[in-house]
Amino acid sequence: MDLHELPSTVMRLMNDANAQFHKMPGSAIILRYIKSSYQNDPFRSAIELLLFLFAIRYLLAPKYSTQKTKHVALTEEEIDELVEDWTPEPLVAAPTKLDELENEKRPVIVGPTGPKVKLSNGRTVTNLASYNFYNFLANETLKDKAIATLRTYGVGPCGPPGFYGTQDVHIKTEGDVAAHLGTPACIIYAQSFSTISSVIPSFCKRGDIIVADSSVNFAIRKGIQISRSTVRWYNHNDMEDLERVLQRVTKEQAKKPLTRRFIITEGLFENSGDVVNLPKIIELKLRYKFRLILDETWSYGVLGRTGRGVTESQNVDAREVDMLIGSLCGPLCAAGGFCAGTEEVVEHQRISSASYTYSAALPALLATTASETISMLQEQPEILAGLRENIKSMRAQLDPRSDWVRCTSAVDNPMMILVLKPEVVASKNLNIEDQNQLLQDVVDECVTNSVLITRLKSMPLAIGTNPRDQGWQPQPALKVCVTTGLTKKETEKAGIVIRHAITKVITRRK
Amino acid sequence: MPNRFNINPFATNSPTTPPIDVMNEKKDQTRRPSFTKPNKLASLFGGSPKGRSDWQAAIVAQQQALLNSPSPQQINSSSLSLPTINLTTATGEKMPSEPKTLFQPPTPEEARRLARAHAQFGPLGSQSHRYSSRHTGVEFAEPVEDEPPYYVLLTTYISYLILIVFGHVRDFFGKRLRAAHYQHLAERDGYAPLNSDFDNFYTRRLKMRINDCFSRPTTGVPGRYITLLDRKSDDGNNTFTLQGTTTETLNMSSYNYLGFAQSEGPCADAAEASIKKYGIAMCSPRSEAGTSDLTLEVEDLIANFVRKPAAMVFSMGFVTNATAFPTLVGKGCLMISDELNHSSIRFGARLSGAVVTMFKHNDMKDLERVLREQISQGQPRTHRPWKKILVAVEGLYSMEGTMCNLPALVQLKQKYKYHLFVDEAHSIGALGPQGRGVCDYFGIDPAEIDVLMGTLTKSFGANGGYLAADKHIIDKLRTQNAAMLFAESPAPPVLMQIASSLRVITGDISPGQGEERLQRLAFNSRYLRLGLKRLGFIVYGHDDSPIIPVLLYNPAKMPAFSHEMLRRKISVVVVGYPATPLVSSRARFCVSAAHTKEDLDRMLAACDEIGDVLQLKFSSGVAGGAEPEEWVKDEKSEKPIMPPRWRLEEVLKRGTEDVKNPLM
Ligand SMILES: Cc1ncc(COP(=O)(O)O)c(C=O)c1O
Repeated sequence: MDLHELPSTVMRLMNDANAQFHKMPGSAIILRYIKSSYQNDPFRSAIELLLFLFAIRYLLAPKYSTQKTKHVALTEEEIDELVEDWTPEPLVAAPTKLDELENEKRPVIVGPTGPKVKLSNGRTVTNLASYNFYNFLANETLKDKAIATLRTYGVGPCGPPGFYGTQDVHIKTEGDVAAHLGTPACIIYAQSFSTISSVIPSFCKRGDIIVADSSVNFAIRKGIQISRSTVRWYNHNDMEDLERVLQRVTKEQAKKPLTRRFIITEGLFENSGDVVNLPKIIELKLRYKFRLILDETWSYGVLGRTGRGVTESQNVDAREVDMLIGSLCGPLCAAGGFCAGTEEVVEHQRISSASYTYSAALPALLATTASETISMLQEQPEILAGLRENIKSMRAQLDPRSDWVRCTSAVDNPMMILVLKPEVVASKNLNIEDQNQLLQDVVDECVTNSVLITRLKSMPLAIGTNPRDQGWQPQPALKVCVTTGLTKKETEKAGIVIRHAITKVITRRK
Repeated sequence: MPNRFNINPFATNSPTTPPIDVMNEKKDQTRRPSFTKPNKLASLFGGSPKGRSDWQAAIVAQQQALLNSPSPQQINSSSLSLPTINLTTATGEKMPSEPKTLFQPPTPEEARRLARAHAQFGPLGSQSHRYSSRHTGVEFAEPVEDEPPYYVLLTTYISYLILIVFGHVRDFFGKRLRAAHYQHLAERDGYAPLNSDFDNFYTRRLKMRINDCFSRPTTGVPGRYITLLDRKSDDGNNTFTLQGTTTETLNMSSYNYLGFAQSEGPCADAAEASIKKYGIAMCSPRSEAGTSDLTLEVEDLIANFVRKPAAMVFSMGFVTNATAFPTLVGKGCLMISDELNHSSIRFGARLSGAVVTMFKHNDMKDLERVLREQISQGQPRTHRPWKKILVAVEGLYSMEGTMCNLPALVQLKQKYKYHLFVDEAHSIGALGPQGRGVCDYFGIDPAEIDVLMGTLTKSFGANGGYLAADKHIIDKLRTQNAAMLFAESPAPPVLMQIASSLRVITGDISPGQGEERLQRLAFNSRYLRLGLKRLGFIVYGHDDSPIIPVLLYNPAKMPAFSHEMLRRKISVVVVGYPATPLVSSRARFCVSAAHTKEDLDRMLAACDEIGDVLQLKFSSGVAGGAEPEEWVKDEKSEKPIMPPRWRLEEVLKRGTEDVKNPLM
């Protein structure tokens, strides 16, 4: 091709391109747009073109992250060398003395569990360590019904609820819990511990605000951590402080777009046994327009005339609580947890709560057992009254009587948390570790005297964190779980053993 | 003397009583207690079985006869109502002396019992329907992923586009014209909406349309068949009302790999005995008073089964992962996770505080690239070396049907010194000649892997999860693991289901039964997969995987496929975005040892019909399923690969034999 032909070739190509362009649907609109915009404001067209080019450049540019900017370029040989030199730490750290002790001391029950159990060391002990408050474990009718379910459904549902794992018994149990509480709907999880950790992140997202009690349990903390929401803590059960925090949050957020805001607290606190002031919290949440996530894991089946929990004992309509979480595995002697609330709250969880959506459903026989025990509580409130008698007897032996410990639990709480009195801690100069050691000695002493109690577990420390940064930890405590499986006499006797063990161990220490 | 029928569908069985102590204890009790308020279904079917020994002898004899008979006896559900030949006289040993009548018609009650047992676990039709799968030793190749023609992808994108546009249009007008219906998306008296408009667009506009394919309520045992409660929606799948009727469907959806979802047989018997002996629950966390001798026994059994020195059990598989990672890695550690890892692994990783990076699904080159990059660059900003690196993979991926490339992972591990965590949720029990998971399948020493995790929800028909590792690791975890400290411990009947199903698999109870389950699962998996390939479907995953995803692509085909299957009384799972990439919506079949060849033939026939109606046969032949003449000479001649479109009869006829060859 000669040089002089070039302009004509170019012209031809241009013409062809032009024709093609006009054939394209919508080209006319683009042309008209460009023309008119150029007429009206040539400067704007230039800017638009620039923007367009920038957008293309931006889209074509390789994705980068801040990390890569610090990338050190290395040759393959250098990398091989670095790989060779690298020595990783072992997967787990070496066991500490405490770990070994803990593994050695963990009670192993031989045969059935109940108010009296046989331990692997051959000793038969009075069991004040299980949440078997009503001794439903020993109920033969429940066993028969569980067996009947087993013979109809087998054991596991072999699939998550979304994929054919929802059985009619689950629907019934959900209905039973909802009816018991008086909420419109309820959802059953396969494990109680995982329930709240999964409920929280299904509603609270990055940018949302959580105001939580400073001594909430481990599972709630993990749920908050997963949610990546902004957290503000208020002093444990301090309603004035809560109000201050709510005010502050409201003020801070006033100019920002509205985000979801939640108050998270427990009914009966796992780590201190005391009870929440629900009417006040409801009042505050309504005033400041927060939603309330209430963890009733330790109060459902325990508080109230028929075991409906804090809402019943403090005369609050359960519908005032936006998400009410409870457990079916403790006093109800089944397994699993639930979250009750409106239809909207419940249906949302069915597709977005990780431990519901991505985990197998609850075995049918455990669901039917929960249904049964719930109706037993409703039909026979005297069961609960009986337990309260026993709690009184046990308390009488410990709280005012012991010089060394104090019970922080609410009066109706069958799980009695006993902490060392502040003056004892001060006079003997006990740090956290000393207290734990001392209380472990008490537990051992009790077992020697045939009473099984436990110690409150401290929250495990995340790997790689400095013990200084571990955050809130519960005060070391003993945990005594009262049960109606023991008579008043037996309960008192066990109480005396515990009191004497405490006295013996603490006086032994200078 | 009554003739006992073989309610146990196993061809191979033996009269040994299970060696579990609770079983011995209850020997002379009658098995079924009287209920105060008997469960309707249970009492309908529950004949009380009498003494065992005579019918067990009959089983042995029947098994002998079956093995000796020249043409294997075909037992299938259609023959149930016919008089059954009693074969007890076929061998001389331990025979009751009374004369036997051949052609003893079963009493209606017994026929029902038998039908019920077979609805949970189908009887083996022929000894040839067994196979044992293991890795063949050649380099473990990625499965070939077939691609559909472009127009399929294009229409898929267009469908989503239309759905999205319509969704937005409806939202636009809906919010203005029917504000009450959209109230939950708007700010309401000072409360932000519970879930944002944007987040739940997908749910409202896409998922709601096919909501009737999810969360179908069921009743009874999720065995070979599963009984669905019929439901109806009058408001576009917003709410459903139960119709009060049920439909029994072929179950291609439950993770019941080894068929242990049963309400009869040795496992259910053991579970019942354990309820009597141990009660229903433990009512306490493991670290307090929730550990019983049964718990420890199960832990030992699991450790032995997966061939690790120690193990611990949990009451939920999800939580096993969620609590395991925070005890293994943390600040200053790196976790490298397969991009398709399960939500529970991601949950645990996020809780651990470690830095998490991902590599492309099953791509060992990409993993190596990430490793080289990370080890050489160290921690971000400080460039300090990582304290440790944990690579987490799954044994068998539940949406893809792919296995992890364990040989390569172990090899890379030697060079790059990372710790390896394998989640065997779907592979334990389901893979390997002995059902011991991926290590068994690949013939790799489990000591090469640091932590083996698995769930007990799937193959064992129970619930919960386990971790298995060296003793010092487990000992440490016992003191640190949050689920151990705070979560409820597994319930005794669940533990007993685990123990007895493990014992069945290893042959300690009912020798032969476990082996049969494993081999039937292996056969069934390959048989169905081969059949689907030959019919022309695009199937993902490895050939020995019991999870068989069939690609549908178009979002509208998901509900259509599910409905068509339901019409044919088969329940399947369909999954689409966001559980899968946007274009690759799929139906997923989970094969079980409880299925018979007839069930799979029924399945293949249904797929064949539906595949034609919905136009699902896209395969190009690169992933196998070719005509037999082709795969003989394929290697030399460069003939173009033909898309396989076999006729159903051919598929059924040749399947049984061809399954035992590589699935070309
Ligand atoms: C890979 C994987 N890990 C863990 C789990 C959770 O197990 P589970 O259903 O027992 O909670 C699953 C189940 O869906 C899974 O697929």
